[in-house]
This record gives sequence, C-alpha cells and structure tokens, in this order.
Amino acid sequence: MSTFVLLTITGLGLGALYFLIASGLSLIYGLMGVLNFAHGAFLTVGAFAMWFVESKLGGLSTLPRFLVGALAGLVVGGVFAALVELVLIRPLYRRHVEQVLVTVGLGLATTALVVAIWGNDARPVAYPSWLGRTSTVFGAHVPNDRFVLIVAALLVLGGLTAFLRGTRYGLIIRAGVENRAMVTALGIDVRKAFTLVFAIGGVAAALAGVLGNVYFTTADPNRGTSLLIFAFIVVVIGGLGSLRGTAVSAVVVGLVQQYANYYASSGLGDLSVVLLLGLVLLARPRGLSGSLA
Amino acid sequence: MNVLAVRDLHVHLGESHILQGIEFDVREGGVTALLGRNGVGKTTTLRALLGLVDRRGSISLAGEELAATATHRIVRRGVGYVPEDRDVFAGLTVEENLRLAERDAEPRYDLVYDLFPELKERARQPAGTLSGGQQQMVAIARALLNENRVLLVDEPTKGLAPLLVTQVADVLARVAELTTVLLVEQNLGVVQRVAHDAVVLDTGRVVHVGPARELLADRAMVHRMLGVG
Repeated sequence: MSTFVLLTITGLGLGALYFLIASGLSLIYGLMGVLNFAHGAFLTVGAFAMWFVESKLGGLSTLPRFLVGALAGLVVGGVFAALVELVLIRPLYRRHVEQVLVTVGLGLATTALVVAIWGNDARPVAYPSWLGRTSTVFGAHVPNDRFVLIVAALLVLGGLTAFLRGTRYGLIIRAGVENRAMVTALGIDVRKAFTLVFAIGGVAAALAGVLGNVYFTTADPNRGTSLLIFAFIVVVIGGLGSLRGTAVSAVVVGLVQQYANYYASSGLGDLSVVLLLGLVLLARPRGLSGSLA
Repeated sequence: MNVLAVRDLHVHLGESHILQGIEFDVREGGVTALLGRNGVGKTTTLRALLGLVDRRGSISLAGEELAATATHRIVRRGVGYVPEDRDVFAGLTVEENLRLAERDAEPRYDLVYDLFPELKERARQPAGTLSGGQQQMVAIARALLNENRVLLVDEPTKGLAPLLVTQVADVLARVAELTTVLLVEQNLGVVQRVAHDAVVLDTGRVVHVGPARELLADRAMVHRMLGVG
C-alpha cells in the first residue's frame, strides 16, 4: 500500500512538472499554430537564471536565496519567451516551416550556449531543507518537493483558468484558439495576445525549471530538451490547445510512467508513455479533449 | 457620396488570380449588393477589403486609403464584418461572443437585443450549441454592437429556412437605415427587397454596375450574369 501511495504521489509530481511545461506549449500551439520546439529553452533559461542568482547570493540564508533565485528564474524565463515571440516568431507569422526551423535551432543553440558558458555538468542548487525531507502519507515516505510541484501545478492551472475565463485577454485567447482570423476581424490586435501567451508559457516553463532544480537537486543544461519530449506527448494526448486536456493528460502520463517503471520493469516507463500516445491517437485522433492532433 | 471606393483590386490565392483589377463604389447609406455566380470572387472581395487576404490595389474608406492597413485597424476605422459561415466562437457563450466584439465605449446592446431578443435569453448558452439561424443572429449582432461606416455582410441567408430568411431580410432592411451595407447574397428575393445598387462580378472582374431593381427586372440580364431565372 505504501509503495502504491509513494508511486502515485511521485507520479502526480512528475505529471505536475509535465503540466507546467506543456500548458504553455499547448496554448501557444492552440492560439498561434506554432509548434514551439524552443519551449524547453525557456525551462533551461529559467533553471539556470535561478541557479546563477542563487550562486551570487552566498551571504544570505537558504530560504531567501531560494526565493530570490526562483523569482529571478520566472522573470528571466517570461522575458526571454516574450522576446523570442517578438524578435523571432512575429516576423515568421504564417510561415510554419520557418517557425519550426527557428524554434528547433533556438532550442539547440540555447542548450549549447549554456554548456559553453557553464559546462555540461549539472550544477547543484540550494533549496530549503524541508523540501528535501519526506512526509509520511498512509505509511509512505513522500519527498516534500512532490507536494510543492503538485500545489504549484494546481495554482498554475487555477490561475490560467481564471485568467482565460475572467479577463478580456483570456477571452481573446480562447476565441483565438478557435478562429484567429475572426478575432482580428472583430478589430482586435491578436499579436498582443501572442506575446502574452508566449510570456505566460515562458513563466510556466521557467517554474518547471525552478521546481525541476529541486526535484532533481541540480540545474542541468539538457533537462529542457529531455522534458520537452514528454511535454509534446502530453500536449498531443490532451488535445492541442486544451488546457484541461493537457492537465488530465499530464497526470495520466506521469502516473503511467511511474507505475510502469516499478510494476513492469525499470526503464519501461518511457516506452509505456509512447505506447499510450499511440493508443490514444488510434482511439481519439484529436486527443482527449477533441482538438485536432 | 461614396463611402467606399475600390480601384484596380487584385488578389492571388496560390496560382489563381481571383480578383483581376475590380473597381466599384459603394454609396453612403442603404445596401449595395455584390452579385455573381458561385466562385467569381464575391467572398474574396469582402475578405480583401478587410485585409484577410493579401491584396494589391486601392481601397478608400471615405477618402482614407486602407489597402496597406492591417485588418484590426480597418475594423476599428468602422468596417464591420458578418462572415459567410457565421464564424461564431463555438466554445464561447453568446454573451462572450458579443463581449469580444465590443469596440465602442457604449456598445449598442439595446439595438442588438431589440433586433434579436432571443440572444438575451440564451446569453449563457455556448454559441456552438445554437441553431444555424441563431448563430447567424450572433454573427450579425457582433457587427451591430458598434457603429460602422460600412458593414460587409456575406451570404447571411445561406442555409437558412425560408422563415428565417425573411427575418434576416427584415434585419438587413433595418440595419440599412443605420449604416451602409455591402451585401453578398445569392437569394435574389432578399436582394430585390433591400438593395438599391448592384455590382456584378464574373471571373474576378466587374461586369455590371447599376441600380439593383433595374438589373433584377431584366430577366435576360439576370440569366446571363447570374445564371438564374
């Protein structure tokens, strides 16, 4: 029983991490039709901004260092994403092949740049000791950072839902996901919504970078690239452009991966996720939420 | 006085030269009908006026050149649009569809709900669950919320039951009292009822301009130009 509880909560934590990356990816594709292969770079930039700021605040105790570093990671991730949209994506509006080439190149270049500056080794990060301890749930000793990940993902889901349902920009984005041209034909400059969605996606991915630093205890220049693959799987299973579908899909993928790794064979988790993707696309080609995959 | 003047307007879609230098004027007030057989470029003309497709030529709105202006700016200068397939946002409620369309400081909800009282009752219903006629009401209401110098209306009676066609024609007649309308319409009964001028397109060119009643009264010309009658 305790093993099952541990696997479940860890799976939910992993799903939360996937959701943080995939939510922005899904919104960006839904609104703009951009398959953003540079999304992992937002995570990497956020993670390393956190580590860098933390490393410069050696005189402070761990908690303020962590909080300031995390805040810096989120800000840098959001600004970087907004700049990517303004400088690289906007001039390529409607040129989808070029967008793919640019975002793939940016993703590779960002990782290469981080490696060139700080090396290929993962860098240990400082975080409050409570996050590294465990709490007992039904006999299972669960690392506290899993709870933080789950709460963070729920807050992001709740915040994004409130934003999309309760604000004019949210309304524009929801409408734009359905029919971008018609939004423009109502007199709305949809490009502002593009930049905003990129910035939101960048902050969420940077949050995944910050919390990923805690989950894996290091900042790794290659983490953005490796997690991006699972984020794309989550987005396709959930249905492109659907936040709710992405959330459900992230939980399913995280749990399947954990259960398969433990109950089947270590290492089968990744394969089982790919199999799950194939099954979902066979049964529901438009993903769980019904959007075209 | 002309509110809209179109000169030497060209549109290419892929390899096809859809609009081949069309020229026409739209008089201020009332309805000008843009007519022609299927596929001659009527919808493309409206989309070109709005900047929804790449175009070349001159489009003058009350003396102001729009050919190089972005779509959202054209709309803000007072060009409303009711698209051919309604294009309501299916996942948004009726109220959200209307709220999204608000441009003016005081949107004309009184007018909209006076014309379409049903929309008030269905404010919280997702637009995707409405009937075709109700979706057409939402599409027209979105355009009427704001004051427009010209309203581009694309086949508003397409696919509607005869009773709804009459209702839409009533609404168009009322709208024509408020603003200038450029109407693409296949139903010649509706055109005869509401339009004062007619522009006929054929294979991307303007082939006739004149009073709508004169055109529709000439059965031979209607048959030759529109393929009906």
